[in-house]
Formats: sequence, C-alpha cells, structure tokens
Amino acid sequence: MSSGVLWTVVLVGSVGCYLLKLVGLSVPAAWVQQPWVMRIVDFVPAALLAALVVVQAVTSGHDLVLDGRLVALAVAAIALALRAPFIVVLLLAGATGALVHVVWG
Amino acid sequence: MPRSARSETLRDSLGLGLAVGLYGAAFGAAAVAAGLSPWQASAMSLLMFTGASQFALIGVIGAGGSALAAIGSALLLGTRNTVYGVRLLPLLAPRGFRRFTTAHWVIDETTALAISAPDRVLARLAFLVGGGSIFLLWNVTTLVGAFGAAALGGAAKAALDAIVPAAFLALLWPRLRRPFPEAAVQRRVALGGAVVALVLTPFVPPGLQVIAAVVAVALAGPPRKAAAEEPA
Repeated sequence: MSSGVLWTVVLVGSVGCYLLKLVGLSVPAAWVQQPWVMRIVDFVPAALLAALVVVQAVTSGHDLVLDGRLVALAVAAIALALRAPFIVVLLLAGATGALVHVVWG
Repeated sequence: MPRSARSETLRDSLGLGLAVGLYGAAFGAAAVAAGLSPWQASAMSLLMFTGASQFALIGVIGAGGSALAAIGSALLLGTRNTVYGVRLLPLLAPRGFRRFTTAHWVIDETTALAISAPDRVLARLAFLVGGGSIFLLWNVTTLVGAFGAAALGGAAKAALDAIVPAAFLALLWPRLRRPFPEAAVQRRVALGGAVVALVLTPFVPPGLQVIAAVVAVALAGPPRKAAAEEPA
C-alpha cells in the first residue's frame, strides 16, 4: 500500500472514529439504546478481536502458517490467566517470538 | 470526606492514565511493523485515539488487507464509543464547543472512570484527568515505539510479529471473564468469530475475513427482555 493510500486510510479512519464518538454525545439516547443496537454493539468487539487474534497468529495472506507467533500467543494466554499486567504480557510474547526466531531461524 | 473522595478519584485517573499510556509503545512498534511510517502511527494516536480501533486498522493492513477492510474494522470497533457517549452525556453535560473536544476523549477507560466516580463533579474530574493523562502518554509512547521499531531489525521483527496477536488477546481477555456482563455469551461469540475468520482465510481477500467475523454476533441471540417484563 502506497504512502498516500496509507495516509488516506489513517485520516478517513480517524475522522470516522471521531464522528462515532461525537454521535453518542449528540443524538437522543433512545436512538442509540435500541435493544438490537445495544446487543450488536456489546458483542462486536468479541467477534472482531477474536478474529484478529487468529488472523495475526496463524495466517499469512491466504495460508495457514504455524510459527513462533502461535507459541508466543500461548505464552500470552498463560500470562493473562495468571493476571499479569498488559505490558508484561506483551513483553513475554515478544521475547517468545524472538526466541523461537533465533532458535529455529 | 469529599476531599478524600477527590484525591481517590485523582489517583485512580492518573494511575489508569499511566498504565494505559504505556501500551502506546506496543501500538507504535506494531504499526511500523505493519508498514506504516512512524508519523502515520503518531497521527493515528493523535487523531483516532481509540486503542482497539487503532490496533484493528494496523492489524488488517499488516495482514495485507484492503483500505476499506482496514477502515471498516476500525469503525466497527469504534461503535462502542457511540454508546459510551450516550452514557456520559448526562454526567458530563458538555455545552457548545465543549461537546466537540469532549467527544475526542470518549473511550473505554475514560467512560469507566467517569461512570464509577461517586458524583457528577468527580465524574467530570475523572474524565478530564484520566483522558488528559492517557492522551498525553499514549501519544508520547506511540512516538517512542514507532521510532524505536523503525530502528530495529531481525529478531526484533519476529518479536513484533508475536506481540500483535498477543495484544489483541489481551484486549479481548477481560470481555471473556466475569464480572464482564454475559461473559459466557462473549466467549461463544469470540469462538465463533475466530472460526469464521479462520475458515474464510483461504478464500477471501486478506482483511475481509476479519470484517466477516461480525456475523458471529448472531450467536449472542436476541436481546434479553427486561426482568420486570417477564416475572418468572
């Protein structure tokens, strides 16, 4: 993706996200707090974040790729289960990824 | 009593600001690893300023996704903030131009701080102090992470590749556990989203499988009726 396209993505995405915030402060609450709307908004992050986890951990383009990222994800999951702080989880995952890279090339 | 409630609110807001602000370094580094320039990463922290959407956008770009898929994933995750705005409006009651500046700081953390404050005055204080400290640190650490990553290579690239999925898992994790509302349903939807994305990966343009994963929201089922409507 060229630098110009990336800047467009960054700016359009930013304006869009800002407008979503502004709408909440600007429209009648009843418009937003419809049961179906609330239901969808409550669960979209779980579906999307989980999709991003697997896409980032085990895919490359159209292919399934098992490498150090998956090992690092397992380490991150264990750290999270042990209630480690976010920054510790990321450092452990990063160290694991680097280690696997060095050991297996 | 009001004095101690005030200092407690200040401490909570600053503490959360410091903790969350540090994640910015991970974002900055991951953004550069995904192919953004350090300045583009910084522009996102300055202008988009909502962590999950920022990570989603660079996640899709990094996976080779299209511009539309990247923007779409950021916007889908940004719909949360619309609901937060509705909840914050009666607490903060921003008037005139203040509405436009207040909107920029409506995110998970500032909403949680304002809603848990004991009264409206402290809710505004928590929003301002929390929002201000998070905004400042998030932007400074994004710059550090982005320029730091740009200077690295080799094993550091492998480390960054491993950090991104872990960051998404860490963002997702609290939603899957109590006391998050309907944590069991959240787990079902998350599993559904992961399966949909994985199954579609070989067949759709990269990034689109992430957007398509929103169909898993259907696994949450219809809205729950208010308990008062249906006495058991």
